[in-house]
Amino acid sequence: MPTLLDKIWQSHLVRQSPGQPDLLFADRHLLHEVTSPQAFEGLRVKGRGVRRPDLSYAVVDHVVPTSGRELPWADQVAWTQLQALRANCREHGIMLLDISDPRQGVIHVCMPELGLTLPGNTVFCGDSHTTTHGAFGALAFGIGTSEVEHVLATQTLPQAKPRTLAVRLEGQLPPGVSAKDLILYVIGQLGVAGGTGHVIEYLGSAVRELSMEGRLTLCNMAVECGARGGLVAPDETTFAFLRGRPFAPQGADFEQAMAHWRTLYSDEGARYDRQVSLDISGLQPQVTWGTHPGQVMEIAGRVPTPDSFRDPDAVKAAQRALDYMGLKPGQSLGDAAVDVVFIGSCTNGRLEDLQAAAALLKGRRVAPGVRVLVVPGSGQVKAQAEALGLAEVFMAAGCEWREPGCSMCLGMNPDTLSPGQRSASTSNRNFEDRQGRGGRTHLCSPATAAAAALAGRFVDPRQYM
Amino acid sequence: MQKFTTFTGLAAPLDRANVDTDQILPKQFLTRVERSGWGQFAFYNWRHRPDGSPDPGFVLNQARYRGASILLARENFGCGSSREHAPWALLDFGFRVVIAPSFAVIFRNNCFQNGLLPIELEPQMQDEWFRRVQAKEGYVIQVNLRDQVLTGIDGFACQFGIDPFRKRCLLEGLDDIGLTLQDEAAIQTHEQTHRQPWQAAVAGVTK
Ligand code: SF4
Repeated sequence: MPTLLDKIWQSHLVRQSPGQPDLLFADRHLLHEVTSPQAFEGLRVKGRGVRRPDLSYAVVDHVVPTSGRELPWADQVAWTQLQALRANCREHGIMLLDISDPRQGVIHVCMPELGLTLPGNTVFCGDSHTTTHGAFGALAFGIGTSEVEHVLATQTLPQAKPRTLAVRLEGQLPPGVSAKDLILYVIGQLGVAGGTGHVIEYLGSAVRELSMEGRLTLCNMAVECGARGGLVAPDETTFAFLRGRPFAPQGADFEQAMAHWRTLYSDEGARYDRQVSLDISGLQPQVTWGTHPGQVMEIAGRVPTPDSFRDPDAVKAAQRALDYMGLKPGQSLGDAAVDVVFIGSCTNGRLEDLQAAAALLKGRRVAPGVRVLVVPGSGQVKAQAEALGLAEVFMAAGCEWREPGCSMCLGMNPDTLSPGQRSASTSNRNFEDRQGRGGRTHLCSPATAAAAALAGRFVDPRQYM
Repeated sequence: MQKFTTFTGLAAPLDRANVDTDQILPKQFLTRVERSGWGQFAFYNWRHRPDGSPDPGFVLNQARYRGASILLARENFGCGSSREHAPWALLDFGFRVVIAPSFAVIFRNNCFQNGLLPIELEPQMQDEWFRRVQAKEGYVIQVNLRDQVLTGIDGFACQFGIDPFRKRCLLEGLDDIGLTLQDEAAIQTHEQTHRQPWQAAVAGVTK
């Protein structure tokens, strides 16, 4: 009985030979400015071309400023990188969503909303959060720059088949608790290396009930427990999302596609290499206390004492993390003042996320001294949020309403934390220095981030609902 | 790709779990478009204090590890961002081998692509190497890829496992793309036999 992974793998197998990794065909190759220049350079050196520019799609997102787009940018090197992407796309005939394009945005937000990722596709991209696209039932891998070059040259990727991990999430998410809380909880349970070498298939009633946005959040962070990919079998929610999207099939083609997509699920009795079942009915809002996404706790909980971990490496890691984060064992996060709130990224930069945050901020004011950046994940999200009046809600509450891009998720543009500053962030990584050198990042949901903005510290967002 | 057969070098112990690629090559340097010259930025925020001066507390700044070319690391090394700049930085800094109990998958792939050998050992065995390297200044390890053996300067030795295909690529310095291009006929066949009617429509609107 094949799993969903088996089905997609089988239908993309170009070659299978003993002693070699399988060769998979790439339906979609997504490119951005940071991990592609050296790949194009590699092609040039070897005199190779791009095999399927029609299946390659590029966008500029990581280094773009998110306050005004005046040219040229202050950062000369980032500017050079944009120029390189432009030149490479022009030379090879690849579609580029440039900074002035209304469809531009974070690659894992804008490509799906265009209908570019379809169920059953293989999607490769030089970015670890490519796992996001698995929300459509697509097999989506993050790859390195040499592999980007490989896909450009051959439209294939050699890959050893990952193992499968079924994560079954049963029960109903309590009101005010979101997909972000869910995935933080899952990572806390599995550990940051708990999914290494596996593709996670998310199953269960809680997953079926999630919106497309929620599923994207869930798959986005599959990589944070080391998984190669995340998968959610496509269903009516998926089809309804895709219908009418500009790059999705249209009319009769869509009906035909849908008939095929309906065959994409793990058969009854399919065997997984591992299975985990979690009941999430009583799930509380989650927030990270440490320097990796697995160091996570309930918002009303207490920061753990390092000795509470069994593994000596985990004890050491916890000590180091508390030190870096400026926290004491056993303290409540309600005692830690928040300096900056970041709402955005490919984890939580979609319309639903902004709506969740705006619902709390409406008619209220951000706590004095807290800086709040709201960065829509794409030009489309921005336009929709403005049309729905969300932008006004944010600005009236005292937030900055910015242009789409990766922004403070990784701080490659000027949006960064200063040393010692504490953030409540809807992004996906709380590694040391990620949001700026010495910055202290707490990952949480959009609602929890909005509540932190209002209270100036971490509080249960449900008190504002 | 540079061939890899045997290699002998000084080992340095980086005693931290979950070292992510942001630490190996901090993002503030990612905007360069070149493939070389990344070594100067390796572990930048750990090697330097915020004022830019060297941090003597960081292991790679200690005199006894200067010139190290084999990195001993802990669990889940290379997690986080997919940036291949991380192995480029390690190589350019002088490392040819990283030994750890486990690696993040993308990072491990990226290492192989660049002739940087990632070796996975059982945690207890890794503890043993840590002890030996920390105990003796100038601890040199020989890595024999053909026989899959690590040998320390004191004669301590162990076997290591490696995927046979990866091994062959390293030993022969094979270029992945060159290999795949030999499958051109299979790629064409796949393209022709797997074209779905609705996908043609997708391609039609891409321009
Ligand atoms: S938003 Fe953050 S995680 Fe997502 S692609 Fe951009 S930098 Fe990466």
